[in-house]
Amino acid sequence: MELVAHGIGHAFGALPVLDDVGFAVADGEIVALIGPSGCGKSTLLGILGGLIPPERGRVSLSGAPPGDCLNPLTFVFQDFALLPWRTVAGNVTLPLEHHPLSAAERRERVEAALQRLGLGEFKEAYPKQLSGGMRQRVGIARALVVRPAVLLMDEPLSALDAQTRELLMEDFLALWLDQRVAAVYVTHNLTEALRLADRIIVLSRRPGRIKTVMPVAIPQRERQTPAAERALAELGHALWQLLRDEAVEAEREVVHA
Amino acid sequence: MRDAAPRPVVFRGGGFQPRPYRAAAPIAFALVLLLWQGATSAGVVSDVFLPSPLTIMSTLWDLTASGELWQQLSVSLLRIGGGWALGTVAGIAIGFAVGLYSLARAVGVPFVSALFPIPKIALLPLLVLWLGVGERPKVATIALGVFFPTVIATVSGIDNVPRGLIRMAQSFDLPMRAILGKIVLPGALPSIIAGFRISAATALLLVVAAEMSGAQDKGIGVFINTEGNLMLADKLLAGIVVLAVLGLIIGGALSLLERRLFKWR
Repeated sequence: MELVAHGIGHAFGALPVLDDVGFAVADGEIVALIGPSGCGKSTLLGILGGLIPPERGRVSLSGAPPGDCLNPLTFVFQDFALLPWRTVAGNVTLPLEHHPLSAAERRERVEAALQRLGLGEFKEAYPKQLSGGMRQRVGIARALVVRPAVLLMDEPLSALDAQTRELLMEDFLALWLDQRVAAVYVTHNLTEALRLADRIIVLSRRPGRIKTVMPVAIPQRERQTPAAERALAELGHALWQLLRDEAVEAEREVVHA
Repeated sequence: MRDAAPRPVVFRGGGFQPRPYRAAAPIAFALVLLLWQGATSAGVVSDVFLPSPLTIMSTLWDLTASGELWQQLSVSLLRIGGGWALGTVAGIAIGFAVGLYSLARAVGVPFVSALFPIPKIALLPLLVLWLGVGERPKVATIALGVFFPTVIATVSGIDNVPRGLIRMAQSFDLPMRAILGKIVLPGALPSIIAGFRISAATALLLVVAAEMSGAQDKGIGVFINTEGNLMLADKLLAGIVVLAVLGLIIGGALSLLERRLFKWR
């Protein structure tokens, strides 16, 4: 399925946050949205997923969803958004409960998602008993259980420490190479964008506009070879040049606000 | 400092961490009872005004054995049960309306704020006027006393359900009924049950107050009032001990319920 944003504009009251943002996400493509804090990237993601009504522009989804897809646009949240009163298995089952599935299929989907994220032995644990990394794995399992067409990931790793972040990136790449589910990946972390994305969209400071679209030509599975790392470092440097001035200005604005 | 010999870094943290002295409370209780018993036995305090713990215990035993206590208590328990159940059901229902619908909130919050501080016992005469003598005005007083704190606990419980969880549910297209049953209700439940503590204490207070202001009746409040008028301090205090035990039982039952329901916390 292809997800397209057409001329998205948005404001919070008198404060414009997004201005004429348009792009498309192809089937199976990972697009990273990167920009300084307050540039409206999370708002944009909310608009893409139908959680925030845009003031201008529209979002459309075309093409047939995967056969067993229950929820084409599915979020992974920064704060995990797990129900603390449900176990891991209960949280992953939640999105299936209102769909007419047989008990066997429900169980099979949950089991598959849990196994895929290495959560098999934590099925009966409550979120508070898990580390941050494990909690986000539950968040990703819950997203995959509906077999989405596009994952909308809102800074999914930014609540985690650097080592856990590294491990989850590996998990996510393995998963993605296996299932090729498209993703819009919002982050302020250049390393994450360079490791995961097929294309990086750089937004300007508020009101967010598309400043640059930068394709990353190296296939994801080859990005940790020394040659690739050199090329990516150069790309990262170029991106940082683009971002730095915006970030400096954005930081001042935040202080004023 | 250059030539000074190394000095040890002195510990300067610690404190501000309560330690559980498990034996302290029982010992303190026993000590107070012992002093009390000693004072009355030695004749320092008159047994007429302050009967000794042993006297109260034996009076309590007699009242229990003769069935008089249960006669009085059962009447009060029915009033508490009826009033509390009524006030709680209505309070949770209105609390959900206020918590979920903006118009109900805009109207309900000022109403609740205005009516909550009224001591509900002051409404008893009016309720007698409306509902006649007998059980109904007493039950209604208790229900009113329970209703307001329940509304407040329910609304604040709903307000404290993280909006992120509701957005999550919406992002998976959960129907409204499922959002209410699977996100809002379990999220608000801890606050609602915490509110039970306040509403149960209110019910206990109001049943005694309502019974004391009525005449020629049964109930633990009537009993305490009557024995007081007869200057039978041992029976009066036995009644108060019963109320204290009742309060402890309710509190203990709620703690048990909370541990059962909220083991995820």
